[in-house]
Amino acid sequence: MKTLADLKKIREKAQEEMKLRGGNVRVKIVVGMGTSGIAMGAREVMKTFLEEISNRNLTDVLVTQTGEKGLSSMEPVVDLIEEGKAKVTYGNMNPDKVRKVVVEHIVNGRVVSDYVVATGD
Amino acid sequence: MSLKRIDLLICCGSGCVSAGALKIKERFHEVLADKGIANEVNIIETGCMGPCDYGPVMVVYPEGTFYKHVKVEDVEEIVSEHFVKGRPVQRLMLQEEERLIAAQKEVPFYQKQVKVALANCGYIDPESLEEYIATGGYEALGTVLTQMKPEEAIEVVKKSGLRGRGGGGFPTHIKWRLVHDIKADQKYIICNGDEGDPGAFMDRSLLEGDPHRILEGMMLGAYSIGASKGFFYIRAEYPLAIKRIKQAIAQAKEVGLMGENIFGSDFSFDAEVRTGAGAFVCGEEMALIHSLEGERGNPTPKPPYPAVKGLWEKPTVVNNVETMANLPTIFLKGAEWFSSMGTETSKGTKVFALTGDIQNTGLVEVPMGITLREMIFDVGGGMTDGHKFKAVQLGGPSGGCLTAEHLDVPVDYESLKERGAMMGSGGVIVMNDQKCMVNVAKFFVDFCVDESCGKCPPCRLGLKQMYNILDRITKGQGKESDLDELLRLGETISKLSLCGLGQTAPNPVLSTLRYFREEYEAHIRDKSCPNKVCTDLFHFSIDKDRCIGCSLCSRKCPATCISGSREEKFTINQVDCVKCGNCQDVCPVKAIDRIPGMHPEVVRHAEDLAKSEEE
Amino acid sequence: MYKEICTKYTPDKDNLICILHEIQDSHPQHYISEEAVQTVAEYLDLPPNHIYGVLTFYTMYSTKPRGKNIIRLCESPPCYIKGSENILRKLRELLGVKTGETTKDGVFTLELCACLGVCGNAPVMMVNNDVYGDLTEERVEEIIARIRRGNQ
Repeated sequence: MKTLADLKKIREKAQEEMKLRGGNVRVKIVVGMGTSGIAMGAREVMKTFLEEISNRNLTDVLVTQTGEKGLSSMEPVVDLIEEGKAKVTYGNMNPDKVRKVVVEHIVNGRVVSDYVVATGD
Repeated sequence: MSLKRIDLLICCGSGCVSAGALKIKERFHEVLADKGIANEVNIIETGCMGPCDYGPVMVVYPEGTFYKHVKVEDVEEIVSEHFVKGRPVQRLMLQEEERLIAAQKEVPFYQKQVKVALANCGYIDPESLEEYIATGGYEALGTVLTQMKPEEAIEVVKKSGLRGRGGGGFPTHIKWRLVHDIKADQKYIICNGDEGDPGAFMDRSLLEGDPHRILEGMMLGAYSIGASKGFFYIRAEYPLAIKRIKQAIAQAKEVGLMGENIFGSDFSFDAEVRTGAGAFVCGEEMALIHSLEGERGNPTPKPPYPAVKGLWEKPTVVNNVETMANLPTIFLKGAEWFSSMGTETSKGTKVFALTGDIQNTGLVEVPMGITLREMIFDVGGGMTDGHKFKAVQLGGPSGGCLTAEHLDVPVDYESLKERGAMMGSGGVIVMNDQKCMVNVAKFFVDFCVDESCGKCPPCRLGLKQMYNILDRITKGQGKESDLDELLRLGETISKLSLCGLGQTAPNPVLSTLRYFREEYEAHIRDKSCPNKVCTDLFHFSIDKDRCIGCSLCSRKCPATCISGSREEKFTINQVDCVKCGNCQDVCPVKAIDRIPGMHPEVVRHAEDLAKSEEE
Repeated sequence: MYKEICTKYTPDKDNLICILHEIQDSHPQHYISEEAVQTVAEYLDLPPNHIYGVLTFYTMYSTKPRGKNIIRLCESPPCYIKGSENILRKLRELLGVKTGETTKDGVFTLELCACLGVCGNAPVMMVNNDVYGDLTEERVEEIIARIRRGNQ
């Protein structure tokens, strides 16, 4: 490491590795992982989100989970929370729908209204 | 492809390790592998998170869920409920007046704290250079080396108002300027990691929890004074700290952050780790230097100061660990930012180790000027077991104690000194109303008697005299003239001792005499320990009205000195009693009391013995 | 053996403390013998009495053979006010030795030491390089039993 520019490169890469601890998060994806969610495939939904985000190198997107969301008939359920915008809840998700949401909503900023089951709190 | 979605930070400061943190970490590896989600969870061993009383502690990100008192048996539940199902385990979280504390940043213990030196402790993996860099590490060094001259760097430290954090409180920039101005073929910088004050573990936590920060601080100092070589002198009782600093040095060297022409500048630097071998006095600058040179750790008179004639008689700066830990942030965020915290004379923050009879023992960092009341009752959570606050000892064996009347004193160098106390290195021992201050003073003097290097008579002989007097007083053999003698000795030893150890060793006695004279008088005049601590000056007594004659006390007595029957109840033979307290602990109806003073039987027995010896 | 350890370091006086530590740690009875002192004195070209002066100054060195596991119980004020005296009594009872002595089977040596810097978890003891905190009489029994088992 010879220059401040070298240091900056290492810093940025390391910050990305540490983003779970509170870095620059633009979009937070919360997957409902209650028993009913898991029974309906929430784990595969979660895994697909993680893969897509990693493949596309989306450094400002975080995936996390929560418990029962009380929307059993629409499981698996996913909340998409973006700074300054209303929360969007997608329902009846599966890996294919996840890939579409990542491309359309997260990358291109267009909500996939067909999959939406609730907005706001 | 990283599928990591959880950062599990497990506090592995020595405190939590001693409570089993490493076994918990192993168990997490096992359970995560069993459940097939090992690739989703990052397990990070961090340095001290601070609240030792809650240990073992962990924090789970991204939510920042704070878990306390975690046991190996809890790991399965945490994984299956929280990691797999997203339901944090509530019984392991903090409850504060019916409210569940979800995230670490809401924990009351942290509310009044401002982390500067401890910013990364408990947050990063101390064995990862990358994580240190991620939080801004080495940016300060790079900027200073490429954009500032040494004089300019010293000016920044001057403006910040940074004072030595090891206890002396000496303005850091003055030491640096002195050495900077001397022309010499070799200069040295030394990091004093010989933290030995009883009750102090700030430096250990910094060395273990954020080693690169200390390295960077050392190099900032080295550049400013013109030193090309540095030494870490770490006490041998801190094996983990030694390991981490050695590792950090190796990591820095591997990437060129230490070595020749750092950041492409003219500055080249090399550092080594050396250890102590169990001598508190080696925390004193000159003793430390002699120890480094391979000698006995005897202090030598100052002047000449190490700045002029230090290690191998070359100009040397000795800085404390915490002093160095503040430097990178001072340069990154600016001197004005640092000096905006604290008081007129004491700028910035200070790390304290809170121990004793409080709810939240542990490591805290607060702005200078916080009151003792805030530190003990807000940050420290108040006293344990419903007892009342009696006294607080600041600065370890060099410091004095303060009482309830001082609770609103701001904690800064001058305010404490005016009241006979001392900031010291940061050890804060809080004592409740069950403690005997004469006994406490005796303990501190005993410590100094043991640790005295023996070179100068006032310390070597004088402290021993003070100890003997205190010992007699706690055994009921005190004389009226003892208190004046203690004062006289104390003043003499402070004035005539060669080094800081001797000069400050009488402080605990002098301050307890000042604020708790009546306790000393009770020991001497009434042959009684009002707080029932000094074993010869209180006795146990079985209240026959409450005694149910169960004989449990008699059976548990190691001196077999309790006798009686169900009908006649039980009595203690006071002369044979060893004051172990077993009887009081086991009595099912709490019929046994501690009574201050010697039992008449014991007094009579002593008088009879004395008479028969005369004959 | 001692010569090998010495030659890992340059023959400079300031390496004395590290060399003594390594010699002591490499001996199963955790001490520095007369033979070791002679070897070090020759290697560093120092009089033996200088080595003894250093050895006897620092409390972590021993010139007498000790046990396999050195127990160091902190006796400083923060541990004292949390009950280290009771822990000492328990240890003396469990091991059947006084402070400074080694058990007959050579497994433990019991020593008192100054503050170990883990005061948030007082009372504290170290057994060789392992730290044990929040000690109670029960915990101490468990720890000693576990180490004894490990030594069989």
